[in-house]
Amino acid sequence: MGLLKFVLWRVAFGILTLFVVSVVVFALTQALPSDPARAILGRDATPASLAAKRVELGFDKPAVEQYTDWLGGLLTGDPGRSFVNGEPIMDFLGDRIKNSLFLMVVAAVVSIPLSIVVGSYAALRRDKTFDSSTSVVTLVLASMPDFVIGALLIVLFATNVAHVVPATVRIRPGSAPWSDLKGIILPVAVLTLAVVPYVARVMRASMIEVLESDYVEMARLKGVPERTVLWRHAMPNAIGPTLQVIALNVAYLAGGVIVVESLFNYTGIGLALRDAVREVNLPVVQFLAMFIAAIYVVTNLLADVGTILVTPRLRTRLT
Amino acid sequence: MTVLDEPILLADPAETAASPRGMWRTALGLWRTRVGLGLLAGLVALAVIGPWLAPYGETEFVGTPNLRDVEGATLGTDYFGQDVLSRFLYGGRSILVLAVLSTALALVSGVTIGLVAAYSRGLVDNVLMRLMDINLAFPQLLLALVALTTIGPKAWVIVLVVGFTTMPRIARVTRGAAVPVVERDFVSAAQALGESRFRILRSEILPNVSGPLLVEANLRLTYSIAIIAALGFLGFATSVNAANWGLMIQENKGAVSVQPWGMILPGLAIALLTVGTGLVGDGLARAAAGIDRKKAT
Repeated sequence: MGLLKFVLWRVAFGILTLFVVSVVVFALTQALPSDPARAILGRDATPASLAAKRVELGFDKPAVEQYTDWLGGLLTGDPGRSFVNGEPIMDFLGDRIKNSLFLMVVAAVVSIPLSIVVGSYAALRRDKTFDSSTSVVTLVLASMPDFVIGALLIVLFATNVAHVVPATVRIRPGSAPWSDLKGIILPVAVLTLAVVPYVARVMRASMIEVLESDYVEMARLKGVPERTVLWRHAMPNAIGPTLQVIALNVAYLAGGVIVVESLFNYTGIGLALRDAVREVNLPVVQFLAMFIAAIYVVTNLLADVGTILVTPRLRTRLT
Repeated sequence: MTVLDEPILLADPAETAASPRGMWRTALGLWRTRVGLGLLAGLVALAVIGPWLAPYGETEFVGTPNLRDVEGATLGTDYFGQDVLSRFLYGGRSILVLAVLSTALALVSGVTIGLVAAYSRGLVDNVLMRLMDINLAFPQLLLALVALTTIGPKAWVIVLVVGFTTMPRIARVTRGAAVPVVERDFVSAAQALGESRFRILRSEILPNVSGPLLVEANLRLTYSIAIIAALGFLGFATSVNAANWGLMIQENKGAVSVQPWGMILPGLAIALLTVGTGLVGDGLARAAAGIDRKKAT
């Protein structure tokens, strides 16, 4: 029952983290020096209408009560209304959440297998041309900010140089996120180029360690075909330590979409967050901050549990 | 997540208590460090001297927007009719200054927290490091955006928030490198001599973790440049129309097919700047891990 206990403990820690995150997000947005009621109603608002608006928004209540109201709303699926147009947040963010999740899933599905293959192959060709050239390329890509990689890709592939893909994504309101597959090539490419360097490097290091281990040598000496050695003996053991980094990078995608969506005008939560910050649209900023932090916490939790599951040594230590 | 290659993972901090001076000497023997330093020197010079070389003012109107051949403007005009070259020459300074300041802030606070945690152990260590973990539960950019919502994109807010979110990463590395040092005999000797806590941390422990810290500081500078440029790109630069490489990419994105320079120049500049710091960091990391030492000679 050790595993169950570990999972429960880990879930409890995740919930605690999210609780603290919610306090921080709320406290930060409470520190607002400007008056949101005035921001909504404009300069000409009368004192009476300002006071009425504050009551409507709940700003007359004590901070603790405002916090519990907000948290209660979040937990029951009612995170409040946008300051800007008064629409319920879930109504106009629903589609955007779908769009962003689609982008993240496609990027993850492309980048994770690619980085495992690149990393393993570099390990197999250690110190040969493929290994040393990927080492330099991944170092260069890992240093560059994602939006700069994107900007350079746009110049190369979406303008005069070679106009092969569009520079912006057009998803009409109400249509499915996969309605513009050609448009999402570049955003996915940017996210992939941001993720692959990290995962491939760790995969390479992990694979090298496994290939030098006694059990791989034993398998080879027994005359097990090289293909089986790689896929059955080496690969599963090399992926274990890489899972943490994969999770970190999937979590990175949740933040990475902010910049990438903004670069390609992709109507997702990233673009929504940027606009909400510009408009000081507090409820939307609060909701999206919690949403992205939740993705972060959940992926890290899954990675911790996954690492235990694929590493027999750790699994037995729990029981 | 680090830009470092695996050697740093194999390196035992106690073993690699190599002095920064020795690390620099080894690192300078590697081509990547020299290329990185060359890129860095060029870009820093461009960002610092640029404004004096600019033919026009930072926000001076020169002609019709988005034209490539304009009399007197070598690379044409941008989305607002300003000289692309001048905007570019002005646009690096603020990013560089803010990135250096926030990395410095993160270093001072992160190193202090890491050293105190490693030296105190027990409850203090636990509380400090769990606080750092919570800070790490946010994507860095997200926390920066939440803070900017409330206070607005002022320079000091950007420095504070980038510094504050970089701090836990440095604190972790410092603590990790300092824990084995705290155990060593010369620290007990200093304690026996009745040295003050501050003196022990500063004169006994800090010099012995400066190797890994040098690598970490470089890595964090790379990320600070990236995040500050990204904030500019999202439209949160310190003032609305000031030239800023990140913001320039956003501004000139719409007309990129007619006037690509407004996107190419700042994009390349940020790329070369961060690749420069990345290469130097990798060279230092290799030097710290003691690999390539033979190849270098």
